Amino acid sequence: MTAPLVLGIETSCDETGVGIVRGETLLANVIASSMEEHARYGGVVPEIAARAHLEAFTPTLESALAEAGVSLADLDAIAVTSGPGLSGALMVGIAAAKALAIALDKPLYAVNHLVGHVGVDVLSGEELEYPTVALLVSGGHTSLLLVRDLVSDVELLGETIDDAAGEAFDKVARLLGLPYPGGPEIDRAARDGDPQAIRFPRGLSLPKDLEKHRYDFSFSGLKTAVARHVERMRDAGEVVPVADVAASFREAVVDVLVTKAIAACQDLGVPRLLLGGGVIANARLRDVAAERCGASGIELRIPPLALCTDNGAMIAALGAQLILAGREPSGMEFGSDSTLPVTEILV
Amino acid sequence: MLLAIDTSAGTSVAIVDGGEIRAEVDVRDTRRHAEVIGSLILESLDDAAAAVRDLTGVAIGMGPGPFTGLRVGIAAANAFALGADIPVHRVVSHDALAFAQYLGGTTGRILVTTDARRRERYWSAYQGADGFTLPERIGEPSLHRPEALEHEVAEYASFRRIDADWVSAASVGLLAERLGEHGRAFAAPEPLYLRSPDVTLASGSKRVSA
Ligand SMILES: [Zn+2]
Repeated sequence: MTAPLVLGIETSCDETGVGIVRGETLLANVIASSMEEHARYGGVVPEIAARAHLEAFTPTLESALAEAGVSLADLDAIAVTSGPGLSGALMVGIAAAKALAIALDKPLYAVNHLVGHVGVDVLSGEELEYPTVALLVSGGHTSLLLVRDLVSDVELLGETIDDAAGEAFDKVARLLGLPYPGGPEIDRAARDGDPQAIRFPRGLSLPKDLEKHRYDFSFSGLKTAVARHVERMRDAGEVVPVADVAASFREAVVDVLVTKAIAACQDLGVPRLLLGGGVIANARLRDVAAERCGASGIELRIPPLALCTDNGAMIAALGAQLILAGREPSGMEFGSDSTLPVTEILV
Repeated sequence: MLLAIDTSAGTSVAIVDGGEIRAEVDVRDTRRHAEVIGSLILESLDDAAAAVRDLTGVAIGMGPGPFTGLRVGIAAANAFALGADIPVHRVVSHDALAFAQYLGGTTGRILVTTDARRRERYWSAYQGADGFTLPERIGEPSLHRPEALEHEVAEYASFRRIDADWVSAASVGLLAERLGEHGRAFAAPEPLYLRSPDVTLASGSKRVSA
């Protein structure tokens, strides 16, 4: 089979993403973000995100087609995120994808957003070997996956039991009086801080927690510990050392993410780790992962940053892999599934 | 020939052509818009024995209606039009309800209302129909509690009230055709949500220690 030309549509959170791939070649990746509209609320407001998707969809699709230099009629298939994510937001992409597929008489593939974060790596030009462990970290999810085969065998090892890591960054940023989104702000504030200044807790890392939650994450206790620390200093009339608090908090998040991901690789005898999700933009996370993977003999894969954040190219790339594997399209009956399990790669 | 969609209540899809309803299918469940929209479009084309290339436009009801469902129809209409390379004709969903009333013989002043959930109703007032049976709306669609509507909008107490629980896509399509024939204005591209997004403003950080 020749490489299929696939359009990918992603609307699971606050980015309206439309990407176009030809097999494993990226042709276009256009993203419209409603992030600024959420800034004053300190987090993603689902209804604002959904309204923004509706407005952004047509212009985003048109610029993706222009960027790729293809027309809608040229497409071989359409792929769309059906979950997990915010249901009202997902529905915009699903409705648009279904209508487009009918108008163009093209097959439609409803795919899993999290597996899309893994699938995007096929666009890197180097063959990804399996199995691999994947650590996906964003404002919406924090998940550790075991990928034995991209199109047929993905297993959830663990995930956050409360906040996503990105949310923890947002909440701690607010606590320190820094703007939204918190990730880049904490990063900037931490630049001159001492990551060892304050020993913040590592969630679900005590032996008793590890029994039940070996690969799960928890960030709400960490956030509370930071809040307590800041309040204690303010109550005592002391100046909060923002740089040290930011650096120490970031270190706690990064430490627990990387420690658990490497433990999974070692426990399962998988010498590969793939990173994905918007929080991968955090330089400290990439550095610590590189350092510890190097020390443990684990091959580390980090897709280009523009492909780590939520985007349509990852959905198109996964769709193309499913087509190349001979999988049947999804039909028209599927809906949004805010908690779609990773085992459902194609709905 | 138009493909017509309205998701301001349940999901309704129709094909109309020259004042005739060629097909109309619906799912009245108000929570399954995204699931059923594709199948309903295929079914209506099938019932009308029409192909995508036979269509000359897409008519869409812009609400008022509860946001999540309303958006599904509009997203589908926009994308379908783009894919089929045909224009979108937007109408106010209440105007389609009023148009159906006047076509059915109702005359004079009417108040059309639909369910807005949270014990409120969307409503629009019409002073009658013009020579082409096109409804003449007075003001923009609004939102009220049913009991408040009688008091706060006292001037409309004498209007014949039509509480609809359903908007037919066929009416949306027929209205769009007639608006087009007579060169009348279509609705604006913004959905008629009539409610601001539900948000809880972040009021600084809450204290965690006693
Ligand atoms: Zn994501």
